[in-house]
Amino acid sequence: MANTEVTRDGQQAVYVYEGSLRLWHWINALAIFTLIGTGYFIGSPMSSVPGEASENFFFGWIRYIHFSAAYIMIAGFVFRLYLAVMGNRHSRELVFPSFTSRKWWAGVWHELKWYAFLTKEPKKYVGHNPLATLAMHFMLFWGTIFMIVTGLALYGEGTGMGSWQYEWFSSWVIPLFGQSQDVHTWHHLGMWYIICFVIIHIYAAFREDVMSRQSMVSTMISGWRTFKDNRPVDDDTD
Amino acid sequence: MQETFYDVMRRQGITRRSFLKYCSLTAAALGLGPAFAPKIAHAMENKPRIPVLWLHGLECTCCSESFIRSAHPLAKDVILSMISLDYDDTIMAAAGQQAEAIVEEIVHKHKGNYILACEGNPPLNQDGMSCIIGGKPYLEQLQFAAKDAKAIISWGSCASWGCVQAARPNPTQAVPIHKAPGIPGNVPIIKVPGCPPIAEVMTAVVTYILTFDRLPSLDRQGRPKMFYSQRIHDKCYRRPHFDAGQFVEAFDDEGARKGYCLYKVGCKGPTTYNACSTVRWNGGLSFPIQAGHPCFGCSEDGFWDKGSFYDRLTDVHGFGVESNADEIGMAAAGVVGAAAAVHAGASIVKRMAQKGDKE
Ligand code: HEM
Ligand code: HEM
Ligand code: SF4
Repeated sequence: MANTEVTRDGQQAVYVYEGSLRLWHWINALAIFTLIGTGYFIGSPMSSVPGEASENFFFGWIRYIHFSAAYIMIAGFVFRLYLAVMGNRHSRELVFPSFTSRKWWAGVWHELKWYAFLTKEPKKYVGHNPLATLAMHFMLFWGTIFMIVTGLALYGEGTGMGSWQYEWFSSWVIPLFGQSQDVHTWHHLGMWYIICFVIIHIYAAFREDVMSRQSMVSTMISGWRTFKDNRPVDDDTD
Repeated sequence: MQETFYDVMRRQGITRRSFLKYCSLTAAALGLGPAFAPKIAHAMENKPRIPVLWLHGLECTCCSESFIRSAHPLAKDVILSMISLDYDDTIMAAAGQQAEAIVEEIVHKHKGNYILACEGNPPLNQDGMSCIIGGKPYLEQLQFAAKDAKAIISWGSCASWGCVQAARPNPTQAVPIHKAPGIPGNVPIIKVPGCPPIAEVMTAVVTYILTFDRLPSLDRQGRPKMFYSQRIHDKCYRRPHFDAGQFVEAFDDEGARKGYCLYKVGCKGPTTYNACSTVRWNGGLSFPIQAGHPCFGCSEDGFWDKGSFYDRLTDVHGFGVESNADEIGMAAAGVVGAAAAVHAGASIVKRMAQKGDKE
């Protein structure tokens, strides 16, 4: 395998995350932190700024940054979908988890036991472990779609009838949720759903970096997965 | 030949000069160019008058009250002369049997050619006993009048969405007109929500239908686009304070005196589709926000059920307790965060124990 090398201490290293995927990961993470920060303040604005209204554009900037980060996230998401089809096999995992594989579900179960301290040793994975894939798929992948759809529906209210955001999103999303205020509320709840993912994700990334049998944080930076033992990996068949 | 609108107006003592003024006024209200004034005049002089039946279900009569206070006395007189002759139990002269007979007469005589204007809505519980008209449940009168109507206008938030009588827990099970059983699917329904709707909006919608003999174009929820395509917030004169980040925090603070944006005291202008910030009320005199009160979204579906009118983040139901998105979200994130912290602690203990084993 061309994407496998042996490190100096005789251990295997596999190139799992291509540059484009890593770039997406960090840009997306930055966009999401920005969206959470600005989104929170859109819902609960800070104290008033003094002076003439015409001299200030403070809340306008918060919204502007929210929308800019949103469009970066949307463009990134489209790019990530492209990678899921055109990238290497690890870039498929987030979008198309191996739901039909029994072995994969056994892996989810094993990881759950690992997190419940019921098993001594985790399995060894080149790609994401199945539990992580599950969380990423349902919380982040679908969470992102939810935020994009509700976000564009809210955005379309400002751009108005006739704009693509209104025609493609607002026109059906708003009646679907009831009324505009409900879309705001659900978009807001969606933020907390994503925040829960981010907490779990960052905690798990650091924990697995220390406790699992493969590298984590450095992998999302350099793309190379290194291992702490030489026994066979558990995800080379699916 | 049947009576035309013009005939009716002249009979009501409206001069030709006033009539022409009314036509240009209406053209302006509908957002049409000056060239449309003669077209409206022509239509009204030549087309047979379309009868309007105005039924009342569960309601508070604020729609009628608003309607008869239409800013321009002319518009009001003209419209009233068009409809009051037929049936409207609040303002008609007839009463009792005589009045109910009018409904039947119109339904039979003008089959498929009259407009049914509904103020209020039917309750379905207890066989509709919570609203009785002429000894029968309102639902029956509604179904009877709806089946041969040319179109239905749902006046106000009651008829359009349900409004206060349909608010949780909705003991009489009041439903908006389009959700009432037995309303034929092929009769178009125009929603003119608001509690009440703006008088000028009401008269303009009626005039449009009567003069052009077709329905105004509607959005997906069935509201006339010409009045409901923008939010209060889009045309609010306090918008510069919103963009600047200058908010009223309490009703007696400095910001309130300076006329800052009412967003933080619960203004629903950003989520409410209506024409208040352009057409305004009482002859263009003012509207809630101009009077210093946040918009509470009276023309939106279910506005009674979204928690306090004075909160920006509104309630989410279905979690047992009523709380807003931040309360729910912070609780969830708190649980997740605490779980992660405990888990981290346990992981450290486990690791130390394993190290101990190895040594
Ligand atoms: C992870 C992604 C996102 C998060 C965490 C997030 C968070 C939020 C929050 C908390 C609010 C305030 C809601 C309220 O209570 O009214 C908000 C508003 C909004 N968001 Fe997002 N958002 C995200 C993505 C997006 C996207 C992709 C768009 C698309 C353009 C978007 C557009 C908007 C708009 C238009 C508003 C309403 C602004 C206003 O009413 O002034 N958001 N967002
Ligand atoms: C808003 C913040 C973040 C989001 C939404 C996010 C999302 C994701 C997603 C979707 C993946 C899967 C990559 C793929 O298959 O395309 C991933 C992987 C990863 N992320 Fe994040 N991430 C965030 C922040 C972070 C941070 C701050 C770190 C640093 C500690 C981190 C470390 C990692 C690592 C190490 C992986 C690889 C996991 C593995 O190899 O199984 N992430 N992240
Ligand atoms: S007062 Fe209400 S409608 Fe006006 S700008 Fe503020 S939030 Fe928008």
